[in-house]
Amino acid sequence: MIKGRIERVTGPVVVAEGMLGARMWDVVEIGKGKLLGEIIKLVGERAFIEVYEDTNGLEIKEPVVSLGKPFTVELGPGLMGSIYDGLGRPLERIKKELGSFIRKGIRLTTLDRKRKWKFEPKVRKGEEVSGGSVLGSVREGSIVHKIMVPDGTEGKVKSVRKGEFSIEESVCELNNGKRVKMLQEWEVRRTRPYRSKVGLSEPLITGQRVIDSLFPVGKGGNVCVPGGFGSGKTVLESAITKNCDSDINIVCRTGERGNEVTDIINELNESKDRKGRPLMEKSILIVNTSNMPVVARETSIYTAITIGEYFRDQGYNSIVLIDSTSRWAEALREVSGRLEELPGEEGYPVYMESYVGEYHERSGRVENMNGSFGSLTLISSVSPPGADFSEPVTQAVLRATKVFWGLDQKLAWRRHFPAMNWLISYSRHLDDMLPWFKKNVSKDWDVVTKNLRAILQKEAELERVVRVVGIGVLPEKEKFILEIARIVREDFLQQDAFHTEDSYTPLDKQYALMRDVVKLYEKGLKEIESGKTTDQILTKSVKERMARVKYD
Amino acid sequence: MIEYQTLTQVTGPLIFLEGIKNVGYGEIVEIETDGERRRGQILELNRDKAIIEVFEGTRGMDVKKTKVRFTGKTMSLGVSKDMVGSVFSGLGEPLKGRIVAEEELDIQGKPINPSAREYPKEFIETGISSIDLMNSLVRGQKLPIFSGVGLPHTELITQIAKQARLLTGEDFLIVFAGMGIGYDEARYFREEFEKTGALERIVLFLNTATDPAIERLATPRVALTAAEHFAWNLDYHVLVVLTDMTSYCNSLREVSSAKEEIPSRRGYPSYLYTDLATIYERSGRITGKKGSITMVPVLTMPEDDITHPIPDLTGYITEGQVLLSRDLFRKGVYPPVDLLSSLSRLMSKGVGRGLTRDDHKSMSNQCYANLAEVEKLRALISIIGEEGLTETDKRYLEWANRFEREFINQDENERRGIKQSLEKAWELLSIIPEERLKRIEKDLMKRYMRGE
Repeated sequence: MIKGRIERVTGPVVVAEGMLGARMWDVVEIGKGKLLGEIIKLVGERAFIEVYEDTNGLEIKEPVVSLGKPFTVELGPGLMGSIYDGLGRPLERIKKELGSFIRKGIRLTTLDRKRKWKFEPKVRKGEEVSGGSVLGSVREGSIVHKIMVPDGTEGKVKSVRKGEFSIEESVCELNNGKRVKMLQEWEVRRTRPYRSKVGLSEPLITGQRVIDSLFPVGKGGNVCVPGGFGSGKTVLESAITKNCDSDINIVCRTGERGNEVTDIINELNESKDRKGRPLMEKSILIVNTSNMPVVARETSIYTAITIGEYFRDQGYNSIVLIDSTSRWAEALREVSGRLEELPGEEGYPVYMESYVGEYHERSGRVENMNGSFGSLTLISSVSPPGADFSEPVTQAVLRATKVFWGLDQKLAWRRHFPAMNWLISYSRHLDDMLPWFKKNVSKDWDVVTKNLRAILQKEAELERVVRVVGIGVLPEKEKFILEIARIVREDFLQQDAFHTEDSYTPLDKQYALMRDVVKLYEKGLKEIESGKTTDQILTKSVKERMARVKYD
Repeated sequence: MIEYQTLTQVTGPLIFLEGIKNVGYGEIVEIETDGERRRGQILELNRDKAIIEVFEGTRGMDVKKTKVRFTGKTMSLGVSKDMVGSVFSGLGEPLKGRIVAEEELDIQGKPINPSAREYPKEFIETGISSIDLMNSLVRGQKLPIFSGVGLPHTELITQIAKQARLLTGEDFLIVFAGMGIGYDEARYFREEFEKTGALERIVLFLNTATDPAIERLATPRVALTAAEHFAWNLDYHVLVVLTDMTSYCNSLREVSSAKEEIPSRRGYPSYLYTDLATIYERSGRITGKKGSITMVPVLTMPEDDITHPIPDLTGYITEGQVLLSRDLFRKGVYPPVDLLSSLSRLMSKGVGRGLTRDDHKSMSNQCYANLAEVEKLRALISIIGEEGLTETDKRYLEWANRFEREFINQDENERRGIKQSLEKAWELLSIIPEERLKRIEKDLMKRYMRGE
């Protein structure tokens, strides 16, 4: 055991001397109160430690002890429907046992040791198993939680037990004497193993028209969602978690508002997903509000992604939603500043971008070690200061992702929701998803969506003209295009997340809505050539019909 | 208590000390120069050296004679029920008399466990139409006022503090923290309360513009510690007013710069967001507790710029904002609330049927839709003039003018009930052709517009 002493304290960073032999990223206990932290830099016998908790009261020369292993999170039955802080501590149990406020030095395990789970074996005696092999399963609500052999363990099954067990009891014994229990641990900063990454072929269906039809994300993809405050990020995210066809949702709220987190918890408890199951059953919440210690905020996204990978390994489609990456980056910046590292752009450490790239690589669709296929979709929201997308965090996330949903404060102020700017947003999954849409929705999916995009593009060009000369002098054809574009914006792109019917639009209906507008457009253009006016084509009754269909 | 006389450096609000032993990070120290006592806090410990921030500033300190004693305690506040009606310094010392403390509380507070929070949804009636109807405040919310230099935020915040109550008539205990404000502002606030005989429901913490700037860093935390004692231990509903957060942030910048930290945007430290969050997030409701903390911070946006780091980071933490507009102020409208840029994120679950009135949400949505339409029209007028407008367009403009003069505008002492605000909004709405009122359901229209 390596034991040193505190030499320096500055904010959340502690420097300890006498730490020769300690390893990078190892977890340490600091001071008499045994605060937890991890080693982020080593210089000779000095270790630089970021402390997960408030450092007030620490004294020079207090002991620092390395636990000899990096930060891990517990994986196993009991995760579903739970709320954890960034270090995987169970907030519900903390509330029950320790009251309404979060004190320093709390140590409660992620998973409940006492609870018994009904284990249903799948393997038989004599079968060869290795890391990732499914031994059996337990039911957690409506989720079948598969129990897998931990990485690095292999052998022939000697015996397997059926019945009710706690997570620390052995459920399977191998010929070589190894016993496997339901509880596993995993280093949060290390990618969990898989056989190979495979291409994305199926979209994550969200029921949000602007996403599914114009900027779809594949299952296993990653998305950058920047938006200034008030641009409706939270509402959009909750619409996605509520409606999308994922198996597991991991919602990581880091550095966010406390009351908003309560709202999310209430919503998860009260809502049902598309299959009618309580939403909480398929959800796990990782929460580190903005006033909780900074370093735990930094760790929380790794905790969330690791849990996402664990369910991916079981053959599920999981999504991990991070809100917000900016708060994570700020935590990184704060620690870097205390280390007196040379700052990069806007004071962020120069390695921020490569960290962003690294953890985004943990998304994907993979063939698992056990031969099943699973995916992890990563949705990263960004809170750019002053809603300026050119700032370093937005740019770093943009470079690491393939899909961009740019939320626009100006659209939100006009009450256009979801406030996704259709001119700047993009999806580089379009070509990969097209065969799926053609097969499952309609053969001319590409034609219809392309036409819809063209209308919006045309509008943007015309608006530049209108701003200079006014709408009066435009030729009839252009006036008509502007009117059609308005219909696309107001009746298709805008979607009311709180309206029972409008909050979710199935794909075939999305298609039908688009097809109708495009037809109206093509027919109208011909009629204009034969002398009709915009008002004659888009009569009050036509407009009303277009406005109504989405609610039917 | 060991006394050190080993100062090596004095820089801005900081002193550097060496040869120290057994002191804790964040500990409070007493500093004495020529009989003058000051207080400070340890910002950094490095072997036997410490960097200390001096709350009262370092004017007149020297390196040779200054003595430093360590108290072994972090900064705390002695709290008591008797604080009500009294005035305290920015560090929490009573300006007159003494308070016998019931308890000593660490001014840093502890974060509320997110899963112990109760979602705020009890409507607070401030008696101000532009807030109550359009940006409703609820108990446990933090709703800042984004103002500018010279705009009437002091009047507005005073009016809110005086008038705020629940529809059931319950009043609030007001905890007022003034940071770097003018003496006349502080006096205005106090006198307005005296006039109404409501002094027994306020606790004042004052750090005025002439008080040391560094003391300001403690003021909001001291005030919130008192507020927490009243809310969580004594079941009070507390409304906390923090003004001006811009002065607070500027002091934070001063200390950061003296420590030679790497600055982030506009010279503010990189932890400004986290620091502000540890203040703002102390508001809320807690499951199983009777009291609550509602917070209305005021900040003046430098150059009226909402993208400046202080309003920007605040907006990311708070649940909306009430923005004051210089244009409306020039037009003589009080309170000059720029509604299109204002927002209350907690409004939707706090108003409507059974809470305020069933037409509240629709009316608010309709007024917002009208305002957006008017803004477009006004932009158009500036290019093509009023001649090109249709009859309906002109109605919108008439609505907007009267809305500003009769709905947004009200007297500093006028308390408009939510029903009165709604009635006024209905009256004005009749200016606009009925087929354009798409946000209002037909049955509401029948009942409230035509009285059927």
